[in-house]
Amino acid sequence: MDYTILILVLPMLSFLILALAGMKMSHRVSGLIGTLSLGAVTVLSYLTAFVYFTAERTAEGVHSSMIPLNFEWLPFTNQLHIDMGILLDPISVLMLVVISTVSFMVHIYSFGYMKGEIGFQRYYAFLSLFTFSMLGLVVATNIFQMYVFWELVGVSSYLLIGFYYTKPEAIAASKKAFIVTRFADLGFLIGILIYGYYMKTFTFTPSEEQLMQAGMMLPWALGLMFIGGAGKSAMFPLHIWLPDAMEGPTPVSALIHAATMVVAGVYLVARMFPLFIAYAPQTLHIVAYVGMFTAFYAASVACVQSDIKRVLAFSTISQIGFMMVALGVCTGTNPHDTGLGYMAGMFHLFTHAMFKALLFLGAGCIIHAVHSNEMNTMGGLRKYMPITHITFLIACLAIAGIPPFSGFFSKDEILTACFNFSPFVGWGMTIIAGMTAFYMFRLYYGIFWGKENKELHAEHVPHESPLTMTFPLMFLALVTICAGFIPFGHFVTSNGELYDIHLNWVVAGTSIVVAIAAIALATWMYAREEQPVPAMLARRFSKLHRAAYKRFYMDELWLFVTKKIIFRCVSAPLAWFDRHVIDQFMNFMAWSTNAAGEEVQPLQNGRIQSYTMWFFGGVIVLSIMLLLI
Amino acid sequence: MDVTMIFSMQNELSLIAVLVIVLLADLILKRPNHKALQNLTCVLMLIHIALNVVPQTVDLFGGMYHSTPMASAVKTILSVGTLLVFMQSGQWLGREDTQHKAGEFYVLTLSTLLGMFFMVSAGSFVMFYVGLELASIPMACLVAFDKYRHHSAEAGAKFILNSMFSSAIMLYGLSFVYGTCGTTYFADLPQLLTGTPLQIMAMVFFFAGLGFKLSLVPFHMWTPDTYQGAPTPVSGYLSVISKGAAAFALMSILLKVFGNMVDNWSLLLSVVIVITITVANLFAILQENLKRFMAYSSISQAGYIMLAVLAGSEQGMSSLVYYIVVYIVANLAVFGVIGAVEQQTGGKVDRDTYNGLYRTNPKLTFVMTLALFSLAGIPPFAGFFSKFFVFASAFHSGYWIVVFLALINTIISLYYYLLIVKAMYITPSDAPVPTFRTPRMMRASLFLCLLGIVLLGICSGVFDWLTDLSVR
Repeated sequence: MDYTILILVLPMLSFLILALAGMKMSHRVSGLIGTLSLGAVTVLSYLTAFVYFTAERTAEGVHSSMIPLNFEWLPFTNQLHIDMGILLDPISVLMLVVISTVSFMVHIYSFGYMKGEIGFQRYYAFLSLFTFSMLGLVVATNIFQMYVFWELVGVSSYLLIGFYYTKPEAIAASKKAFIVTRFADLGFLIGILIYGYYMKTFTFTPSEEQLMQAGMMLPWALGLMFIGGAGKSAMFPLHIWLPDAMEGPTPVSALIHAATMVVAGVYLVARMFPLFIAYAPQTLHIVAYVGMFTAFYAASVACVQSDIKRVLAFSTISQIGFMMVALGVCTGTNPHDTGLGYMAGMFHLFTHAMFKALLFLGAGCIIHAVHSNEMNTMGGLRKYMPITHITFLIACLAIAGIPPFSGFFSKDEILTACFNFSPFVGWGMTIIAGMTAFYMFRLYYGIFWGKENKELHAEHVPHESPLTMTFPLMFLALVTICAGFIPFGHFVTSNGELYDIHLNWVVAGTSIVVAIAAIALATWMYAREEQPVPAMLARRFSKLHRAAYKRFYMDELWLFVTKKIIFRCVSAPLAWFDRHVIDQFMNFMAWSTNAAGEEVQPLQNGRIQSYTMWFFGGVIVLSIMLLLI
Repeated sequence: MDVTMIFSMQNELSLIAVLVIVLLADLILKRPNHKALQNLTCVLMLIHIALNVVPQTVDLFGGMYHSTPMASAVKTILSVGTLLVFMQSGQWLGREDTQHKAGEFYVLTLSTLLGMFFMVSAGSFVMFYVGLELASIPMACLVAFDKYRHHSAEAGAKFILNSMFSSAIMLYGLSFVYGTCGTTYFADLPQLLTGTPLQIMAMVFFFAGLGFKLSLVPFHMWTPDTYQGAPTPVSGYLSVISKGAAAFALMSILLKVFGNMVDNWSLLLSVVIVITITVANLFAILQENLKRFMAYSSISQAGYIMLAVLAGSEQGMSSLVYYIVVYIVANLAVFGVIGAVEQQTGGKVDRDTYNGLYRTNPKLTFVMTLALFSLAGIPPFAGFFSKFFVFASAFHSGYWIVVFLALINTIISLYYYLLIVKAMYITPSDAPVPTFRTPRMMRASLFLCLLGIVLLGICSGVFDWLTDLSVR
């Protein structure tokens, strides 16, 4: 498996080439370099997955982890050192496939979407950097390598959100994303340090002895790490950056803010799962409740947004909530009952990545066609954009949980796991799943059905996108249709044992009924040209509607906490102290240094006799000093 | 002793071969031969480096000559530095008043290098002293190489007079050693040197002699005048190669020979380090002439190098050599740029000359900036790591007050290094130095320096290799 190193090297090389020499290339060449290297990475990832999963299982019936490459990078003490390497185990191989597939599709799609943009080469360079970082993150052999790539992912996300750096909103959004996730990463870093201190290692498998000695510190470390994961995965209340991050180019949203980077938090929890289960089950359940609340919150906000990318952003937040819940409701590692959620969460991660990337790319086609994100500029687009329409519908059905599309299977497993844990969580998640179906179909009808904006469309007739953009849509739609039938339990389960996915018909039936009811409701409310019901509801519950539209004022709350409380009560006095005491002290130091410099200049007078006097004097004084002491 | 044993002195012998070939070539080649000589010397140096890249232990002449793997590595490093200097000196030697004596430059430089080789692998004070003088006397000729220029001649005179003075003091000290112990062999001395008052004086006198080479305060007064007056490549050579050899020799002798007097010399070093760094920084702040400025900068850098000596451990030894490597590439990059600009402008080395250089010569400015960043110790450049390791090793050995004072001084040094960066990028100028192209060799050497500045820090392999050598 030595070739796995190429999976990291190729995108890195592509980034270096494009960043250093990109401006001298034509758009086509630079795009081809990025896309071809990604194509190679995709092939290699599939090959890796094939080789890995067809290899013999061990005696315990699990796929053993492999480390094709690992070298010591920074030694701290004899035991504690930071390594860099590649770890292959079921979840990292799964992530390799997800990331490379979506990234490859986005690379192809961007050819059409970004055509003629200024900074096309820069865009592809950043895409390569992002892909490199994300791949490095998932194959990390230890938590510190993960952290290094984690931050690289953050940086490349920042660069891509702020791609249109002449737009003030894009700059603000990129800064917001960076600062919020960085703030969360502080928790991650502290967690890592505690972990390293008590475990005497940064690997994911510390020794029994150290685990015993750590006691209560391990749950703390894991909890702090989860804060970092919550930041990247936009869990409430750290979700505020994700909707704004939609200012970036839409393919970027599809890649980073739907399919790959935002699930890094889920991946982190999954990576630490054995430790969570064995030593910090309470922390894991906190994860579940945070995920559940986030899923509910985001779903309710998504019901009233009018910007189609914002709706998708909140739906992403909500779906990541589902994955977190799935991981959080595990109480053991038996894949048949207590540890079912692990498999379900990872399965949902996989299917969600595909259909959400499809939704975003579809949204990109629509935005490309009507030059706006607002739903009121759309309506009735199904006539103009048939391919986008059909693929978008498939994705909506998948996310709503309608069989036989992939989302149904993964969501069903999650719900089963939730019911295993507690009826409250189970019913709660079922209702949220219903809300998902409702707002997705509200979005679907708003775009493709409903009242057409004739004035706007007469001026500029919407048209189907070129093949470079529709091919990824069709490919991802195909994956969305088929993915549900992948025997996922054969690849990824909580303890690695084989598990056959079988439907729990009580749960599945309930969720199908709820989803169909929600879709029917959405059809009744939004499919027609005139929509009296939503308007009436918005009037009747105007306060609630407004609050939901404003995302329940979470951004305002954060601004209040930072600007009014932190800035005014903490930062302002500190700034005063800094300006008047510290700066003045430093100025004084600088002044006195300069003055001293002026004073000593005459000593260097150019006369050789005085030089030797100093020399000799120095020798004598130093000798006397040593003799006396 | 078998006569063939002498061949195990591979490092010195191959250098002598280079020296002789260059000397003969100078006689044979038709003048003007400066270009051919430069190419020849560089190629020969490359071969010499390649031959000696594997460090080895050699013990010869009944302990008179003793080379450890570390010393052998240091020799290779010094050879690389010398090669870089040679690559940078082509344009200067091509000048009309120097081109007829280009051969002399190479031969003289190589003989000083040979002296340093003997100095770092001496097994006795006699051998050490011979090496030291072999490194000093041709150096004076090099400093006065532009002898028809007033500054150069003056610098040469100042250098040789000061050098004689320091040698005299050092010899006086060494006579105390011989007087109290009855031997000059490093192998026998440690148990005899117990720290009697006379021996303390001997140690201080010896230290002063090397302190002169390293330009530690208060033995540094010659440095600014000499650096300013000497031809720029010679100043560069003086600042890195000569210093590197002296620092390594000082550390190994203090550890090996004066090991029993560690309390004495650590106190001595602590005082000298703090004074050196502080005084050099105070002087450096106000310099307008870049060569003079680099002289003070090199004085303060010597202070930092001494921190590794102060540590007195294996970690200190590897940090010291690592510091020297990094210092060679960074400082030679700066001197390379200074030399290029000097040749272009007809001898201007003031900071004002560099105003607005960024607009006309961005690549040169970039190299200079990175080199200055590295000297100032800004991450992620190699200079940061070398400073870090030096500080860490001194800290490990418990000299945290000295380390703290040195740290404060790095802030001052940051200020004056950035003054140059500011001049190049920010200060506007009506007539910046026009765009120009440097000779190919110069560009290659600057590129190598740049590579070193960027890569030496990131690739941890270099430091690991040195650590490995220091333990062996």
